[in-house]
Amino acid sequence: MDRRTRLTLGLMALLLAGLSALWMFQGLGAGNRGFILHLRATKLAALITVAVAIAVATILFQTVAANRVLTPSIMGFDALYVLMQTFLVVLLGNAGFAGLPAAGKFALDVGVMTALAVVLFGTLLAKGARDIPRMILTGVILGVLFRSVSGFLGRILDPNEFSVVQSVSFASFNRVDADLLPVAGGLTVLAVLAAWRMAPQLDVLALGREPAVSLGVRHQRLVLVTLALVAVLVSVSTALVGPVAFFGLIVAGLAHGLLRSARHAGLIPVAALAAAILLVGGQWLFERMLGQAATLSVVVEFAGGLFFLYLLLKGRIR
Amino acid sequence: MIQISNLGHKIGGAQILHDITTSFPKGKLTALIGPNGAGKSTLLRLVGRLDPLQQGEITVAGHDVSRTPTEELARVMAILGQQTAIASRLRLSELVAFGRWPHHQGRPGADDRAKVAQALDAFALTPLANRFLDEVSGGQAQRAHIAMAFAQDTDWLLLDEPLNNLDMSHARALMARLRDLIDTQGRSVGLVVHEINYAAAWADHVIAMKDGRIMAEGFADDVLTEAVLSDLYDAPIAVGRHQGRPLVLHHA
Repeated sequence: MDRRTRLTLGLMALLLAGLSALWMFQGLGAGNRGFILHLRATKLAALITVAVAIAVATILFQTVAANRVLTPSIMGFDALYVLMQTFLVVLLGNAGFAGLPAAGKFALDVGVMTALAVVLFGTLLAKGARDIPRMILTGVILGVLFRSVSGFLGRILDPNEFSVVQSVSFASFNRVDADLLPVAGGLTVLAVLAAWRMAPQLDVLALGREPAVSLGVRHQRLVLVTLALVAVLVSVSTALVGPVAFFGLIVAGLAHGLLRSARHAGLIPVAALAAAILLVGGQWLFERMLGQAATLSVVVEFAGGLFFLYLLLKGRIR
Repeated sequence: MIQISNLGHKIGGAQILHDITTSFPKGKLTALIGPNGAGKSTLLRLVGRLDPLQQGEITVAGHDVSRTPTEELARVMAILGQQTAIASRLRLSELVAFGRWPHHQGRPGADDRAKVAQALDAFALTPLANRFLDEVSGGQAQRAHIAMAFAQDTDWLLLDEPLNNLDMSHARALMARLRDLIDTQGRSVGLVVHEINYAAAWADHVIAMKDGRIMAEGFADDVLTEAVLSDLYDAPIAVGRHQGRPLVLHHA
């Protein structure tokens, strides 16, 4: 890692630490401090987990797809997760769904999601890797398919059950499932460490299939492992806050802009830190300063959508 | 030596290669020539394990391509395909440095850095080393890709149409560089080339392909004749001599 990268990382870590302190201690009244601090700490941990998961998932996915505009959610990863939840509600009913042990269910979700994602997107990327437009189209169509099947199932559900489905299909940074946090956080740490260890190989993977094969990287295996990590990370973030379409795009774009280097050893931590700074800072602003007058997820999507258009118009799709 | 036996290959139902058996001699420059769609690139890609083998067997310096671990093959041969678009934003020096990957797996040493500097220098890229790939011309990017394969420092170098986008002087410099690798370091080179006169001027061994079959192979002087070439390209082609080498003319 060069000096510039290290300096950027150091500054960003400081900024995040400052924001976290602000989040924890700003406006702490004389009341039940222990209770408030606990509440805030849980939420802070959730925000950071989600931010890191989305950021790293996006960076990894863009490397596999050799494309800077695609994100896991544009390709329907989180729609797949929501579809799975809808299916569970349909199969088990409300009581059954709510009665599932949170951590166990989540572990199972992640397992199934990873398997599905590897099969679906693995075949897609292995076969269509040379045909990027076809791959994007297929991914987008898959995403739409997953969403419409969820939507259809939602229509035939009774309203009570539908409200459960609805709560998992929209992003909300206010409603965080605290029970899941230890498992989700643990999985995120493991996945990010794995990605970090693979960083030099990911650099080679980013060159594209032919150069990577020529340089002796086991391309197929590396693609599948990377997709599995993406699936784990997307499951984590979707389970905690719901699908967030454009956030990953913003932070991946920011990371590339901040670094001007394509090395994953730098990209991964910078994207993760940028995401954490945006989420913690943004949520603090909306919750404490603007009194919940708007929701962060809406603003994130709006800004992300604009950024996506900007990338499209700049011709960054390749 | 690269030994190819009974190689067949299909792409989407079309038979691209029919039962090919041939070899690339060691320590020589082997040129694959032939009309578009003859299967030259497919053959080279199969040797370089860019596409999986369907039928037949290929060994590179004794390593069975379908069974040898790909990391090991990367230290025996370097292959440069035709598709060279890269999504990530890289400086030329970074791209060339990737050529050392098979030797250091992510932890470059002083030796690796020296080899990269040498490769940049060999292809006159040192002044451009800090430019980004999307900020240089197509020919300069092509040279950077070749320099990457060159930095890989393997006994075998396989290049699919390396002269694409290169002007006359850089094409000539590349061929001279390859010739030098062969003559002074005992390396071996296989390349697909469309401009026959580059094969005529620099190649030792020529393999002429048409419709997925080998039409002729052997010394450049024996293959690059009026009879073979006219038949190969279905067009009247004249072959003269210039400085002891064949000179192929299309305006016969």
